[in-house]
Amino acid sequence: MNKKGLVVGIIAMLVAAGAGYLTAKKQMAGSSSAEIASAQSLLTASRTGSSGKGDAATLTTAMTGKLITVKAGETIQNAVNSAQPGDTVQVMPGTYNETVYIDKDNIALIGVVQDGKWPVLDGMSKLNDAVLYSGNGIRVENLKIVKFKGNGIMGQSGNNFVLRHNWIENTGVYGIFPQFGQNGLIQYNVLSGIEDAAIYVGMSDNIQVDHNEVHGNVAGIEIENSRHAVVENNMVYDNAGGILTFVTPWLPIKTTFDVIIRNNFIVGNNHVNFGAPGSLVSGIPSGTGVIVMAAKDVIIENNVIRDNKNSGIIVADHKSFANITIDPDSDPFPDRVSVLTNLFANNGFDPVGDIKTLMTATLTTVGPDIVAVGGGHGNCMVDRAGHSTLGISSWATTCPKNSSADIVTLLLDKPAAPRSTETATKGQVLYNGICAGCHTYSARMIGPPTQIIQALYAGNAQGIADYIANPVKKREDFPAMPSQGHLSPEMRKAVAEYMLTVKK
Amino acid sequence: MRCLWMCVFVALLTLVAAPARSVEIQLTAQCPASFENRAGHCKLVSNYSNYASLENGGVGGLKTGLPEIRDGFTPKEIDLGRYLFFDPILSGNNKQSCASCHNPDKGFADGRQFSAGANGALTARNAPSLWNVGFLKRYFWDGRANSLEEQMQGPLYSKIEMASSPEKILASLNGNASYRRLFASAYATSFADPKATIRIDQVYRSIAAFESTFISLNSRYDLYAHGFPDALNKKEVEGLNVFRSFVARCAECHTPPLFSNQQIVVIGSPEPDGRAFDPGAGSYSPEPRLRGGFKVPSLRNVELTAPYMHSGRFGTLRETVAFYNGGRGHAVPKDEKLFLHWHIHEPKLTDAELDRLVDFLKTLTDESFKPQRPAVVPSGLAVSK
Repeated sequence: MNKKGLVVGIIAMLVAAGAGYLTAKKQMAGSSSAEIASAQSLLTASRTGSSGKGDAATLTTAMTGKLITVKAGETIQNAVNSAQPGDTVQVMPGTYNETVYIDKDNIALIGVVQDGKWPVLDGMSKLNDAVLYSGNGIRVENLKIVKFKGNGIMGQSGNNFVLRHNWIENTGVYGIFPQFGQNGLIQYNVLSGIEDAAIYVGMSDNIQVDHNEVHGNVAGIEIENSRHAVVENNMVYDNAGGILTFVTPWLPIKTTFDVIIRNNFIVGNNHVNFGAPGSLVSGIPSGTGVIVMAAKDVIIENNVIRDNKNSGIIVADHKSFANITIDPDSDPFPDRVSVLTNLFANNGFDPVGDIKTLMTATLTTVGPDIVAVGGGHGNCMVDRAGHSTLGISSWATTCPKNSSADIVTLLLDKPAAPRSTETATKGQVLYNGICAGCHTYSARMIGPPTQIIQALYAGNAQGIADYIANPVKKREDFPAMPSQGHLSPEMRKAVAEYMLTVKK
Repeated sequence: MRCLWMCVFVALLTLVAAPARSVEIQLTAQCPASFENRAGHCKLVSNYSNYASLENGGVGGLKTGLPEIRDGFTPKEIDLGRYLFFDPILSGNNKQSCASCHNPDKGFADGRQFSAGANGALTARNAPSLWNVGFLKRYFWDGRANSLEEQMQGPLYSKIEMASSPEKILASLNGNASYRRLFASAYATSFADPKATIRIDQVYRSIAAFESTFISLNSRYDLYAHGFPDALNKKEVEGLNVFRSFVARCAECHTPPLFSNQQIVVIGSPEPDGRAFDPGAGSYSPEPRLRGGFKVPSLRNVELTAPYMHSGRFGTLRETVAFYNGGRGHAVPKDEKLFLHWHIHEPKLTDAELDRLVDFLKTLTDESFKPQRPAVVPSGLAVSK
C-alpha cells in the first residue's frame, strides 16, 4: 500500500468512526431514559468484529445505575465522587483541566461529542496524569486527552476495564497504561506524541488491543511482563519502534508469554527516538517494526510490515539489548516465537551499525525483514526463503501452529473475579482489621474477649465508641489499649455497633 | 518479737532482691495481635486478605492483596523468640540484643545514622526497620539474604555488631535452666529425647517467628484504601495522588500495599561526605549494572525511622523526597558510572508537591500492634531499653 493508499485508508476509517460517533452523539444528546438506554446498548455492543468472547458487555457489569452529566465549567472529579458503582459519568464538550481519580468499582466515564466538539481533558503541560483508576469495571471512552506530563489513562490494579474511542496526544510518557489488571479491552483509540509507549500494557493478564492508531510516538504498542494478550488490527506507523513485547527485568512480575500480534499495519516506523535518557525505550533503534525481547510463546501473523528502516522484526534476549540490568529471577530468552505468514516489504534499508556488521559478515545485501540476536529456542519462521533474514539459521522452518485464527481473543469468558471479595459492612471491615487484632470472641487474646465487652456495654454502642477514642488502663492483667481516636466518630460508632453483634 | 519482724523483713527483702532467674517465665499460648490461632499455628488476619493481586504478586493499587507472609509459627515459638530478641545473652559481651538496633520504640530501627556495635565500632549502613519484615523476600540493604534465619546470622556474628558465635550462644542458652525449660516447651518433640539440647536452628527459628509478627497494616492510609474516604485529609489525599502519579512515580517502586516492590534498584543516593562509595548489591552480584543497587524498602512507619537511605544520609522525610527531585544522577560521585533505574528522572515537582508527599508518608504510621518488651528475660540480664 503506498502513501496515498494509506491516506485513503485512514480517511475510510475516520468516516466509519465518525458515523459511529454521530449515532452515539444523537443518542446521548437527549436525556430521556429511552435514549440513555439505547446509548448504553451502543456502548456495550461487540466491537471487535468477531463473535463470542470479544463482547465488551462481558467485561464489565452492565452500567445499570444513573447518569451523571458533567458540563463545561464543572469538574469531572465531583461527578465521580458522587457516583455509585454502576453509574455513568457523561462528560459534555468543553475543556477540563483536572486529573480524575476513580477508586471505586464499575464507573463509566463516557464523553459526548457534539458538532465536532469533544470533551477535552487538558493538562496544560502542568498536571501529571489525566485519569488514574484503581477500581474494577472501569470504562473510559470518547475523551480527548492532551498535554499531561505523566500519562493519559493509567490503571493501578483495576480488572475488567474498557478503554476505547479516546483521542490522546502529548500525554507524557504513556498514553494508555493499565498495570496489574486482568481482563481489559483497549480499542479504537488514536494516540500520538508520546515519549515511551502510546499503549503500554504493564504486568497485566488477558488483554485485547485492537483497532488502535498509534503514530509519532517512540513506541507504538508495548506488552510488557504481561500474559495472554492479542494485539490485532492496529495501525502502527511513524513511531521509532512499532509493536514491542518484552520481559523487562527487575519488575515484581517477571514473565511475558502467550502474545498474538496479527493483522496489524506496521509501516514506516522510522521516527527519531525521543525517549527520555535512561529509559529502556530510548535504547531501541529507530526503524524497527516489531521487537520481541525475552518474551515466550509469541505468534506474529498476517501483519503488513514495511518501510521500517532498521529491521522488520528483531528478536533478542536480555544480553543483546541495550539498557538491560540482568535479573537472576527473570528468564532472559525469547522462546517459541512463531513468525508465520506476514507481508514484508522494503525493511532494513538503513539499519544500525550492529546490523550492518551482521549483514557484511553474512554477505547479505538486502535489508533484513527479521534479525534474531542472542539465545532462545523453539523459535520458527515459515517461508523464510521469500524474505531477508539474519540470525535465524537455528530456527525451525515450520511452526507448531500455522495459524492463530482459532483464537478469537484471550479475554476471559466472563469478568475476572472482583479483587475484593468482601461484602462486609463498614463496621465489619473496621472490626476485622483493627479490633480483631487483639480481641477474639470468647477467648482472652491481647485484650479481653469480645463477649465480655458485649456484656459490659450491652445496648451502649456509644459507650464503646467514646471509650476507644481515649482508652484508660482498666485492668492490670491486660496491656494498655492503643487509642483509636484517629477514627472519626461515625467510624467508631459503626465499629462499636458491629462489635455488639459479633457472635463468634 | 522484734526478731520475728526482722526475720520477716529480711525474708521480704530477699524475695524482692531475688535474682530474676528465680522468676518463672512462661511462654504464652496466645497468638500475637493480628494473628489467629488455627490448629495451634498463628496465621495472619488482615482486611487485605479479602483482596487478590495479579499473579499473587502482592503489588498494585489501593485494594490489592499483600505478598505472602511467613506465618504459621506456634505461639510458644513466637514468644520464645520475643525473649531471645530482647535478651543481651545472645551477644558476645552480653551487652547487646537484637532490640539494641531494632528498638520497637524507635520504629524497630534505632534512630541513628549508623549503629554502634559490641566494641563501639559503627556499622556500615543504617539499621532498617523490622516492621512487616515477615512479608519480605530479600534482607539487608543489599538484598543478599533470602530468609530471616539467614539474615540474623549477619549481625549476630559480625565483629562490629553483636560479635557473637554459635558456640557462645549455645553455651549461654544451654547453661541457663530457664532457657532449657522454655525451649523444651516450645520444641516439645525435639526435647522428648532427655539428652536433647538447644540447637542453633531452633534459636534462629524462634527469633524469625517473633520477627514475622511485627504487623503494621492499620494506618490511616489503610482505612482510606479499604473505603473510608475521610480517613485522610485533603492535603494527605493530594500527597497520595502525587505519590502514585506517573510523574513522581513513587508507587512504581514503593508499590502498595506493602509500599515496596521488593526489587533491587540503583537510584544513585549519596553517601555522606568523605565516605567511600557503597556498592550495594554490586558487592556480590555478577551483574555490573547492579553496582550501587539497593533493595526498595517498605515505607510503612517511615515517619518513625529517620534517618533515611542505606547511609542514613537524610535526616528528614522532606530532604529524602527532595533527593528524587534533584535530577537524574545528581548525587552520583564524579568517578562513578552507575546504571540508574529508568524511573529516576526529572519529575520537577513543586515545593508544594514535595510537602504533600511528606504529609502522605506520615499517614503510613501504625504501631497499634507493637509487641511488648518483656520486663525480665531468662538470662537475668538487663533488658535493653
